Amino acid sequence: MTDNAAGIGHAATKDTGRRDRPSFGKLFRQFGTFVILLLLLGLASLQSDAFLTERNIMNILRQHAGTGVMAVGMLYVILTRGIDLSVGSISALGAVLTAILVQDWPLWVAILMVIGIGAACGLVSGILVAFLRLPAFVVTLAMLTAARGMALILSNGQPIMLGEPGAALAAFGTAFPLGIPAPALLMLGIFVLAFIVLNFSRFGRLVKAIGSNEEAVRLSGIVTGWYVMSVYIISGALAAVAGIIVTSRSGVGSASVGDGAELDVIAAVVIGGASLMGGQGGVINTFLGVLILGIIGNIMNLAGVPGYHQQVYLGVIIVVAVVLQHASQILRRR
Amino acid sequence: MTSLVALHGIDKSFAGIHALSGVDFDVLAGEVHAMVGENGAGKSTLMRVLGGELRPDAGHIEVGGETVRLTGPTDAIRRGISIIHQEMALAPHLSVAENIFLGELPARIAWGTLNARARELIRRLGFDISPRATVSDLSVAHQQVVEIAKALSRQTRVIVFDEPTAVLSMGDAKRLLDIIRGLRREGVGIVYISHRLDEIYAIADRVTVMKDGRRVDTVSPDAVPMDRLIRMMVGRPLSQLFGQKPQTTVGEELLRVEGLTLPNLVRDVSFSLRRGEIVGLGGLVGSGRTEVARAIFGADAITSGTIALKGKVFRPRSPKQAVRRGLALVPEDRKGQGVVLDMAIRKNATMANTAPVTRLGFFSGGRERGVVRGLIEDLRIKLGDMADPVSSLSGGNQQKVVLAKWFHAGGDVVILDEPTRGVDVGAKTEIYSLIHRMAAEGKALLVISSEHAELFGLCDRVLVMGEGRLRGELLPPDYSEENLLTLSMSSGAEERARA
Repeated sequence: MTDNAAGIGHAATKDTGRRDRPSFGKLFRQFGTFVILLLLLGLASLQSDAFLTERNIMNILRQHAGTGVMAVGMLYVILTRGIDLSVGSISALGAVLTAILVQDWPLWVAILMVIGIGAACGLVSGILVAFLRLPAFVVTLAMLTAARGMALILSNGQPIMLGEPGAALAAFGTAFPLGIPAPALLMLGIFVLAFIVLNFSRFGRLVKAIGSNEEAVRLSGIVTGWYVMSVYIISGALAAVAGIIVTSRSGVGSASVGDGAELDVIAAVVIGGASLMGGQGGVINTFLGVLILGIIGNIMNLAGVPGYHQQVYLGVIIVVAVVLQHASQILRRR
Repeated sequence: MTSLVALHGIDKSFAGIHALSGVDFDVLAGEVHAMVGENGAGKSTLMRVLGGELRPDAGHIEVGGETVRLTGPTDAIRRGISIIHQEMALAPHLSVAENIFLGELPARIAWGTLNARARELIRRLGFDISPRATVSDLSVAHQQVVEIAKALSRQTRVIVFDEPTAVLSMGDAKRLLDIIRGLRREGVGIVYISHRLDEIYAIADRVTVMKDGRRVDTVSPDAVPMDRLIRMMVGRPLSQLFGQKPQTTVGEELLRVEGLTLPNLVRDVSFSLRRGEIVGLGGLVGSGRTEVARAIFGADAITSGTIALKGKVFRPRSPKQAVRRGLALVPEDRKGQGVVLDMAIRKNATMANTAPVTRLGFFSGGRERGVVRGLIEDLRIKLGDMADPVSSLSGGNQQKVVLAKWFHAGGDVVILDEPTRGVDVGAKTEIYSLIHRMAAEGKALLVISSEHAELFGLCDRVLVMGEGRLRGELLPPDYSEENLLTLSMSSGAEERARA
């Protein structure tokens, strides 16, 4: 399957020629996320006049840039039938390291080092999952604790100010080129890149194929372990990027960044229709999943729902979204 | 004497294909009723009907003279029918006693009584296994004893053994036969399915021969010698499916295998393949054929032995190396190992060789479509659109996609494991002509098949395996299913007699 949205124009022109007409379930799987987003947008603009303002939309994008970047890595991992619970912690490590390293190194060197360390965390998980065949859940759970611990050690539990040496980074976090927040622009760029790689490269194709049927791929003469390992490296590196983004926005590197973020990220990917059984999912739908998550939070804020209540509603909404995604399968099973 | 259970006129079809048609079968108290037949003859399907796993399309089942409708496996067990499957259905991390009484454990367990009862059941079978032992720590033979004890604990009147000795050593197999004789004395009715005819002659009171989903006959082993029994199992006319093999010149040796050994599965297998040759690998399921193929392809690790490709030593460590050295494998499990079902036909077809259709790791859509279009025409794959998932195709066309993958990869030693399993007759003929064509193009082919007619119709010579060893080789003048079965089974029996 090509990426869902890539098929939009495509499917419309070709469907007439197909022998079997596309089932409702299949269509919903492809466009369901989009429908949910439209419904939410409608609901939100009815609910509050403040919602559909440029300022508010840009705010949502800016706030969820980090989640979005991590969701890209998570999508790749989930496509291989894996999971990465460590992204929130690695983003904290990235945030702290950014604030520390920027004091002594040129900005670009500091950024490369931070991304490299995030990738290294992913490499450790990746080797354990891909070559020692340990369960991804346990391996990345261990990385979750370890990376958070390292962030706390390095920062001594204190927030670290970017200060004068990090002024350029802080400027990036608050810049609005083309009227769009720079972090959101970065996130969009990463989504575009991820889309191209997933749909047009050998790497992307094999990642998807491995999630559907690893043995068939292996017996086609491909060392599947390299690909499985790579997705964890990508996820780790992108988590570090998310940490940099958060630091740039707040001007502070803190070990408490991204606490529980892995759950938001997984939720976004799943709302985007990816299957935790691997092989199914697309970059554009994952982006829509991030937006949906962001909009839900935003609506509740605008409507003045108290914070604790928001969490309950969010849980309910995630379940509803996933039930809708899987409606066809659930109905077929009856 | 009345039957403990009787099946009358059982019909069962899957997706329009008759697996069983009008089969009668019964078991008396205190007898061993054996069932024999080729792979796919319908033995297992019939036993799944008896065990309540499958509901028959037509026919009825009697238990103790009364017509019943089995609603499921639990119902069958409640009525005293137990099936000992080849793959055992034990919970590996629980204790022996827990496994025996699983399903009827009381809310408050009195461990003392439970363990004592378990020990008693096992003693009745002539064994001494601790009821507290964890099942995964037991040998396969002892696990089987636990399965039998489990059946006995439920007041079983009929026990079905499905290929019970396939996983046992010779000594353990003998002890199992003793257990079965003991059960027979106690009046239990026993169904015994096995490929090992010598065991059947040793233990069975009656033998039912199955073939192509029908019961050929039920006979007494005393009245029917072994060669006639084998003829009853096979005796089918060779069909005209295979077409004419084009004249090929057999060239130099491409693959040589010497002393190939895999832990517990394959022992000391040696053979060679030459350019332009189609060589069959026959023998029963479980005789080690697939394991040999996978080992040569680098999919499983080998214990010892050497492999040479085109005269150069090849140590297979991964399928990647095998593909690079010009090997190809069409695996037996098409859906599980041959194709990525959810993925587009186009993407499956180029998976083993992406270099010609990519640049710097990115696919060139036009070039890929061109290559795949060529393959589709060449192999006459019938499809809607090459972007459709492979799952949209019929079995025969799915298999052609696997073949297309290897045509595109261009290896010259091709191993085909059950290339026509689950494929309709038309596609079969086409696959045969593709195999002929590969031979004509100078490839060396190894064809594994459970359909003996296929081996004889297709191959220049047929290697026969039995119990992990190469038992011999058949050349066209000696092609007969009797010869093949005798070769694969009887020498095993001789060996066991010697032991």
